[in-house]
Amino acid sequence: MHPTLTHFLVLGAVLFCIGLYGALAKRNAIAILMGIEIMLNAVNITLVAFSFYNTVKPYSEYLTGQIFAIFIITVAAAEAAVALAMIISIYRKRNTVDVGEINLMKW
Amino acid sequence: MATLLFWLIAVILVASALIVVGARKIVHSAIALVAVFAMASGIFLLLNAEFIAIVQILIYAGAVTILILFALMLTRTSNQNEITNPNSKGWWAALIVSALVGAGVIFASTFTHSTTALLGNIEPSYGTNTCPFPTNNVAYIGTLLYSPSCYSYVLPFEIASLVLLVAIVGAIVIGRED
Repeated sequence: MHPTLTHFLVLGAVLFCIGLYGALAKRNAIAILMGIEIMLNAVNITLVAFSFYNTVKPYSEYLTGQIFAIFIITVAAAEAAVALAMIISIYRKRNTVDVGEINLMKW
Repeated sequence: MATLLFWLIAVILVASALIVVGARKIVHSAIALVAVFAMASGIFLLLNAEFIAIVQILIYAGAVTILILFALMLTRTSNQNEITNPNSKGWWAALIVSALVGAGVIFASTFTHSTTALLGNIEPSYGTNTCPFPTNNVAYIGTLLYSPSCYSYVLPFEIASLVLLVAIVGAIVIGRED
């Protein structure tokens, strides 16, 4: 017996909220980035699971979920590169990566 | 067999994700992140998505983790015994918010049966373009991404390459020393 769609959806949801907690609760900017990567991975798992269990004809034939996952991976890689460049740039100017101390635009 | 494998991978996946979130040293978080990506790749293999599984290993477990480790190396603090991955003051609020979001999503995905009913009646609106699709997953995705004669994702693919180019230029401009 293969696991059902609900198994993968619940796994994706659990992983998503772990990543959400990491992105919200951490002070190190790189830890926040790690939380975002975990969230994107959870969404990818959900999309690929939908693609696997989908039986509706046009969508299952064109693998919509897997193509979406590929584009999410692409954008996530670009996002990680830009975010790490920003973190390194901030570290060079202010000597910290603590998001509580980066408060130049705080009102 | 597949169920056993699913539970094994899922338990390791969630445990290493919890290590990523909970570790006191951020280098340990980065190492556990490799386990998260590798186990997610195993989940993709269970779902017959070989191409995405391999891309996951290459891009996430290879490139993104190395990028994060380099950023950690370049932003190191001088004190050795310091907690390098601290929680913020309002971490309990983050816990409540993420628990609520997770409970909502799990409730929606477990106790509703409307998704198949919503998708059931949709007919293909484009012409009857019958292309022979290969059975191999990698060749299948290649046909979908590149062949302009079939229904394909050529334009989104080109836009994605533009996004990557802009990201490369942006990363160089932001990160350079001046």
